[in-house]
Amino acid sequence: MSETLTAWQLIASGDATLFAIVGLSLAVSLTAVVVAGIVGLPLGAILALTRFPGRAAMVVVLNGFMGLPPVVVGLSVYLLLSRSGPLGELGLLFTPTAMVTAQALLVLPIIAALTRHTVEDLWLEYREELSAMGVGWASRVATLLWDSRFSLVTVLLAGFGRAAAEVGTVMIVGGNIDGFTRTMTTTIALETSRGNLALAIGLGIILILLILLVNATAWGVRVWAVERAG
Amino acid sequence: MLTRRLFCVGMLLILAGVTPALAQSIVVASTTSTQDSGLFDYILPLFEKETGIDVKVVAQGTGQALDTVRRGDADVVFVHAKAQEEKFIQEGFGVKRSDVMYNDFVLIGPKSDPAGVSGMTDIAAALVSIKAKEAPFVSRGDRSGTHSTELTLWKEAGVDIEAAKGPWYKDIGQGMGAALNTASAMNAYVLSDRGTWLSFRNRGDLAISVEGDKRLFNQYGVMLVNPEKHPDVKAELGQIFIDWLIGPEGQTAIGEYEIDGQQLFFPNASGQRI
Repeated sequence: MSETLTAWQLIASGDATLFAIVGLSLAVSLTAVVVAGIVGLPLGAILALTRFPGRAAMVVVLNGFMGLPPVVVGLSVYLLLSRSGPLGELGLLFTPTAMVTAQALLVLPIIAALTRHTVEDLWLEYREELSAMGVGWASRVATLLWDSRFSLVTVLLAGFGRAAAEVGTVMIVGGNIDGFTRTMTTTIALETSRGNLALAIGLGIILILLILLVNATAWGVRVWAVERAG
Repeated sequence: MLTRRLFCVGMLLILAGVTPALAQSIVVASTTSTQDSGLFDYILPLFEKETGIDVKVVAQGTGQALDTVRRGDADVVFVHAKAQEEKFIQEGFGVKRSDVMYNDFVLIGPKSDPAGVSGMTDIAAALVSIKAKEAPFVSRGDRSGTHSTELTLWKEAGVDIEAAKGPWYKDIGQGMGAALNTASAMNAYVLSDRGTWLSFRNRGDLAISVEGDKRLFNQYGVMLVNPEKHPDVKAELGQIFIDWLIGPEGQTAIGEYEIDGQQLFFPNASGQRI
């Protein structure tokens, strides 16, 4: 149990390394969710509104990709960014940018698929009205996204949860470099391999609390926004 | 309003978290044993303070580390499997190999000692006994330096492990720490480098069973990745790190690293075995 205490002492004493690790974890996962959201929200909405041959297959693929194995995503991004890979000249492997890229790819199907689902339900409700008003394409997407924004917060949170909790991709493309690409999850994996099981659990508890904190904040913002919207 | 705010927060995070460090830096591909034993946490700050060069260590098994380097994704490689390293030089991926330090492997096993090998000094005889009793044994199985050594030792013991392995032989395909955790949970025998064992905190009922055999010698070497193969290699900075590591400061730092009063690695850059 002494090492569990160590984890708490680290917080209490404001340990700089721990805060850097926590900061990096949050920065990487939140950025990945923002990037995936910028692409995934419109993508999901467009998929909800349109009907074209092969759409059903695309929906199934997107839903299936919600379960993409992180290690596979990590390996693919690794091969892309490796100095011998097609994007090797960018020198991005083993950097936080590589981790954001990989997590964004991991989270994108989750955001797009859940957005598609949410928006499609709303679309059935709005369809006649929007069609009657002769609203254009882009405005339809924007209107539907805006009117389902409170549900979409939950969608983004689902994506964030996935990003913050995974270890497979960030380990491969980040390399778990001390002080540079070491996140909460890779630290937990490292401490486990060092046999510091209690410290690993302590860090795990901190990670869970952080994810709860982000969710609580989002919930608070949502309640506030709903009240304002009346 | 909300979206704009979220967007601003996102951009700030991108700027804050993702701006690459401006300082000079190199990537070193190394083994799990050097990381898990805590050696780098001790010596790298000394090097960084002296030279201002940031060393980024990616810790993998020796086989994987060499593959990382073959792809050109590191500047320096610091591992412990001499045969694999020499092949690597022959293939032209590495420039020159220098000895850095050594420690030794130890056979770890449960205190109950089901194979009756505790206290033996002949590792080959101990392995034969483990095989004969089919006592549980955990193998790294990950082409690491430790795994290569384990396979060599089975060969020296006259055991064809590919043919002999059964349910008692657990090939887990993971790093040193994970192998020790597995052995601890199953009360199994496992081959470990001494450094990782000394710093390992989840020993349970495990202890050193066999040590002191010459065949358990564990040499670490360092190589610069050949810039002719991969032009992006930071050869100059990498060479500074290698020179420091095999020079007096690095050698002293390695020798100073202790856990619970025990020295983990013995510097021997001049090449002599002690």
